[in-house]
Amino acid sequence: MRQAPDTAVEQARCRYVLRLADTSLVLGQRLGEWLGHAPALEEDLALANLSLDLIGQARLLLTYAGELEGRGRDEDALAFLRDAPEFLNLTLAEQPNGDFGHTIVRQWLIDAWQLEIYGALEHSADTRLAAIAAKALRETRYHYRFSSGWLVRLGDGTPESHGRVQSALDALWRFTAELFTPDEVDEHMSRAAIAPALTGLAPHWSARIDEALRAATLTRPPTQAYPWHGKRGVHSEHLGHLLGEMQHLQRTYPGARW
Amino acid sequence: MSETDWPLFEVFIRSRAGLEHKHVGSLHAADARMAIEHARDVYTRRQEGVSLWVVRSADIVASDPGEADALFEPARDKVYRHPTFYAIPDEVKNL
Repeated sequence: MRQAPDTAVEQARCRYVLRLADTSLVLGQRLGEWLGHAPALEEDLALANLSLDLIGQARLLLTYAGELEGRGRDEDALAFLRDAPEFLNLTLAEQPNGDFGHTIVRQWLIDAWQLEIYGALEHSADTRLAAIAAKALRETRYHYRFSSGWLVRLGDGTPESHGRVQSALDALWRFTAELFTPDEVDEHMSRAAIAPALTGLAPHWSARIDEALRAATLTRPPTQAYPWHGKRGVHSEHLGHLLGEMQHLQRTYPGARW
Repeated sequence: MSETDWPLFEVFIRSRAGLEHKHVGSLHAADARMAIEHARDVYTRRQEGVSLWVVRSADIVASDPGEADALFEPARDKVYRHPTFYAIPDEVKNL
């Protein structure tokens, strides 16, 4: 006898995929803001490459989320025609670029998170998600190499660069509690063997973070109890502005193509 | 920060396994690790290669253009060094 799909699990699956997609999309959009402004030509290209990798991940994930949702929305409809409360990215991803060091700290924290998430999703019971994760994992390994390299270079650099990345770390750390705080969507997914249990991944992330912080001579800020809820659609004030710029063209000229 | 603070590196790419690394250009980077990353980001965006070498431009020893005559002219009239005086048998492929 064929079992009817569990509606709660299917809805959770769609939201889970959207969370991954939106985190990549929003972070990719942020990195795109560096175009033409990076400290050196080579870094301009490097940040653009990361951005394109992330937007590529978002496209695959958004397309899949649209199919799961079953309301006929494609990647473009999901990226350009949803309002901020419908975006389910991690709050950390939408934080403004700040200086180059600030961007690097944000990138490094999320790269380390994606390494764990994609590494586990590669073995997901959801074969579509597993294939996307396998591709994304290769990209993320390079992203982590890049961001952790810069973290160490800046942290263990001059007093000026050390001070800047330490203050970026202090400012962004409060958004990290959300990374591994599971909610009912995560629990549905881990019970169905679609996604890993977040609490099991946290120690691996933490160990990786500590190792890089040691090399960078940076101090880990104290753990903050309050998790933000970007992945539930409750965002900081910054996402609306980011979407305003990202969605402007499609909102002003619906269906525009070139 | 200015990129002129960073030393120059020369970049070599091996386009396929079995082929040699070829010089493709140069870039600025603070250290060797960054130079590899920059080379990857600047020169291999369109699958140009499977392996990278970077070397500090300052470490390359170059011939002196002023000595070009002495170094390279003597080879000019020694056509017999070119393997063009042999008939290549039809059976030999890939020569």
